[in-house]
Amino acid sequence: MSSDAKKVLTGPIADNNPIALQVLGICSALAVTSSMANALVMSLAVIFVTAFSNLFISIIRNHIPSSVRIIVQMAIIASLVIVVDQVLKAFSYQLSKELAVFVGLIITNCIVMGRAEAFAMKEKPGLSFLDGIGNGLGYGAILMLVAFFRELLGFGTLFGIEILPLIQNGGWYQGNGLLVLPFSSFFVIGLIIWALRQWKPEQVEKD
Amino acid sequence: MSSNKETFGKTVGFVLAVCIVCALLVSFSAVQLKPLQQANKLLDQQTKILEAAGLLETAGKDVVGTYNKFVDARMIDLDSGEFIEGDVINFDERRNARDTSLSIKPENDIAGINRRSNSAVVYIIKDQAGAVDSVVLPIVGSGLWNLMFGYVGLEADLNTINSVIYSDHSETPGLGAEVLNPKWKALWPGKKIYDDEGNVEIRLVKGGAKANDIHGVDALSGATLTSNGVTHTLQFWFGEEGYEPFITKYRAEGVK
Repeated sequence: MSSDAKKVLTGPIADNNPIALQVLGICSALAVTSSMANALVMSLAVIFVTAFSNLFISIIRNHIPSSVRIIVQMAIIASLVIVVDQVLKAFSYQLSKELAVFVGLIITNCIVMGRAEAFAMKEKPGLSFLDGIGNGLGYGAILMLVAFFRELLGFGTLFGIEILPLIQNGGWYQGNGLLVLPFSSFFVIGLIIWALRQWKPEQVEKD
Repeated sequence: MSSNKETFGKTVGFVLAVCIVCALLVSFSAVQLKPLQQANKLLDQQTKILEAAGLLETAGKDVVGTYNKFVDARMIDLDSGEFIEGDVINFDERRNARDTSLSIKPENDIAGINRRSNSAVVYIIKDQAGAVDSVVLPIVGSGLWNLMFGYVGLEADLNTINSVIYSDHSETPGLGAEVLNPKWKALWPGKKIYDDEGNVEIRLVKGGAKANDIHGVDALSGATLTSNGVTHTLQFWFGEEGYEPFITKYRAEGVK
């Protein structure tokens, strides 16, 4: 793999993370991170949508009239999201019930639109596809990290498997009610951003 | 190059082409996956009914087979309590409730459902010999955030509770959503809905039910409004605007 492609694929995970550095896609990161399983499925769905929307938009990028380009991008993204939603309902009914409306809301996830507009409109299809996967991975990495803390400390489980037995189930751990609620993700994401910028000080914004 | 792709005709043509391709993709996936989705939905419903009937462990992986063998779904008219003909598979209480010709506005709408369908589907659970073992009745009522859907499993006397299983709700995780906690669900078996005079006495008790209270179940801690919702839902559905006419008739005549 050329170094260019590698940079496009792995860059968004830590160096240029869509959630931590660009602060995009926060809405769904709050909503679906109460359990690891939900976060994993949501991440896979976003990786699929960003990868293929980037690919298709890049293929037709030289033909898209610039006056309607956003609408064309939306049409492609929305179609892909509907396909993902239908596939989830067909093959993973329980999870699709829990994720409910948030799969549909991938359409409004700024990461997908942002990559289509900023990358796929200029670059070749292969590279755009990798960029989509990379940004999906970056989004997924943060989602899984947030879900790890929220599920472990909120419910005492990971992927539904009991790690810290809860008092109401006869154990010793008092679940943290705050982390069960969606807005607690703000704290977790904030702490992750802080940790990331300690590790990579070049991400700190200049005053 | 940009000038020739910006003409009005080309723009319209391009947008149309994109729309047609996208529409084909979406309709193809929707049509292709529909049978699987409906099977999933039905399987989910049947799993909950078997759980309410206490048959889920017997069923193991064969939910559909067990369901077809032991469960007899029958439509009833709620006002008269009589069995009627109807499409039990595609029945949807909430869809009927939106149709004013198929539903009524309850006089005492404690469950907060606004309108109630005139008909309902009840699930008669047979044992190996074909005799009535238990009955599962669907319920719906407002919780804290939204309607909660569930099933109540009853012994053949239609008074003793076997189980209360919620299938669909949007209560707060860790608080109201504890209606799905196995420990809480284990409090229900053996509780009686009606007292000797036939009044609906079943309810959740804040602070914990007394050990000898056959009508009371511990409320969910930290979830007073969800607990009130569960109490009101049960009191509505086992009251005279719910299943009471059916239960009275059933006790007198049995299943026909």
